Amino acid sequence: MKQYLLSVHFVEGAPTPSDEEMQTMFRETGRINDDMQAAGAWVFAGGLTSPDSATVVRVENGATAMSDGPFAETKEHIAGFWVIKCADLDEALAWAERCAAACGPVEVRPFDDLSQA
Amino acid sequence: MDLASVYRAEYGRCVATLARLLGDINLAEEAVQDAFTTALQKWQTLPPNPGAWIVTTARNRAVDRLRRESTREARHAQALLLHQQDEPQEVGPVKDDQLRLIFTCCHPALAPDARTALTLRLLCGLEVPEIARAYLAQETTVAQRIVRAKKKIRDAAIPYRVPAEHELPDRLPPVLTVLYLMFNEGYASTAGPLIRTDLCGEAIRLARELAALMPDEPEVLGLLALLLLTEARRPARLGPTGELVLLPDQDRSLWNRALIAEGHDLVRRCLRRNRPGPYQIQAAIGAVHTDGAATDWPQVLALYDQLLVLAPTSVVALNRAVAVAEVHGPAVALAALEDVDLPGYHRLPATRAELLARLGRDGEARAAYDQAIALTSNETERAFLRTRRTELTHPRRSA
Repeated sequence: MKQYLLSVHFVEGAPTPSDEEMQTMFRETGRINDDMQAAGAWVFAGGLTSPDSATVVRVENGATAMSDGPFAETKEHIAGFWVIKCADLDEALAWAERCAAACGPVEVRPFDDLSQA
Repeated sequence: MDLASVYRAEYGRCVATLARLLGDINLAEEAVQDAFTTALQKWQTLPPNPGAWIVTTARNRAVDRLRRESTREARHAQALLLHQQDEPQEVGPVKDDQLRLIFTCCHPALAPDARTALTLRLLCGLEVPEIARAYLAQETTVAQRIVRAKKKIRDAAIPYRVPAEHELPDRLPPVLTVLYLMFNEGYASTAGPLIRTDLCGEAIRLARELAALMPDEPEVLGLLALLLLTEARRPARLGPTGELVLLPDQDRSLWNRALIAEGHDLVRRCLRRNRPGPYQIQAAIGAVHTDGAATDWPQVLALYDQLLVLAPTSVVALNRAVAVAEVHGPAVALAALEDVDLPGYHRLPATRAELLARLGRDGEARAAYDQAIALTSNETERAFLRTRRTELTHPRRSA
């Protein structure tokens, strides 16, 4: 089995979904999570707070520095993710299709074999 | 004994079989190349089944190689290999392996450019410089595309399989494109001899297998029919001194009747399903060309009009103009070409030159021929265009 990261991105400046749309999204992701668990594909999943709540920690020459805000200077930030285990990419893509229908574009990225326990 | 022709005929099949056995494309390629090197040293005469010999040797080589290597991955692969005891030793290449590998190479998760390059490399055994020439691309670019695609297949675990029925509508188009391009490259090679029969034959063989696997997909039948009807005319395409002979001047008695009959039958079968697609229409055009003693041009033009709706590309517009010239005359065809833009493609100025010549506008025709000659990389086609250009100064055409 291989592990894949399915990530959903938040785009700065994109219109915020209405409450009703958020409710639908939560309901649908909840359903996807249940189905993933039933299929034995689910490892871990979660939604993240906005990138302004992020802190970057650096250690340089033994000194620790912290800075407010996200690491990447970009307009697209990871907003939530699933970690799933599948036999191959096609299985992961099938899950990604459902996730994308619920939350918008999904990036599917395989874990490095060496980092999989 | 001709090892080169065995290589051309068996390379793709052997790589496909080894890819299934080893689950790794790179390893499969290396093992097959090793096996051909061994064959070069050992074969005094051709073994009864060269493909099976190569597969067995390649497999043994791969097992040896995996035993020597000591990474975790290699041990894992080795364990898999050694557990496949039920696999008969002397297997000839299994035909489905190739389809499986084509679908892997044409996976939608790979970039379109990479799909073609990878398929031509793995299934046709074309070398990187040949692929680069065929697509007017840099060798390094093509090499990188292939390396990247193979890495993604491995890292993302793109599976080796023919997709399930419900996935086919998405997965089939790039596969059809690849087979079509493979045939085209064989039928009008970018460089070297005009026709590479091995590539044409391989594309037809794979299209047949695809049609056997998916007899209900009309575009698959359409593509097969198109390839057969084009191949059928090949024997008449070159004259006695190897010169290019265009359709109107071809000796129709040289055409392959059996392939034409099979192609016509397929065209009827797929059109009956009433789900027309670009390959079916092109096959229908091929059927009109090969029906009776002369081409029914109004019918060809009607089909091109339909094709232009389904596939509004510049190449289709160019081909349609040829039919327009036959039905409405060269002036109308020339006007139809005005908005067609195909930078770098010699057939546009070549077609324009023919139309201008027919209108007696020799000066403009000569300039257009010069343009076309400069853009052609194939010697046979260049010679053909030069002859046409020379004929301008010796007017013999009445039209």
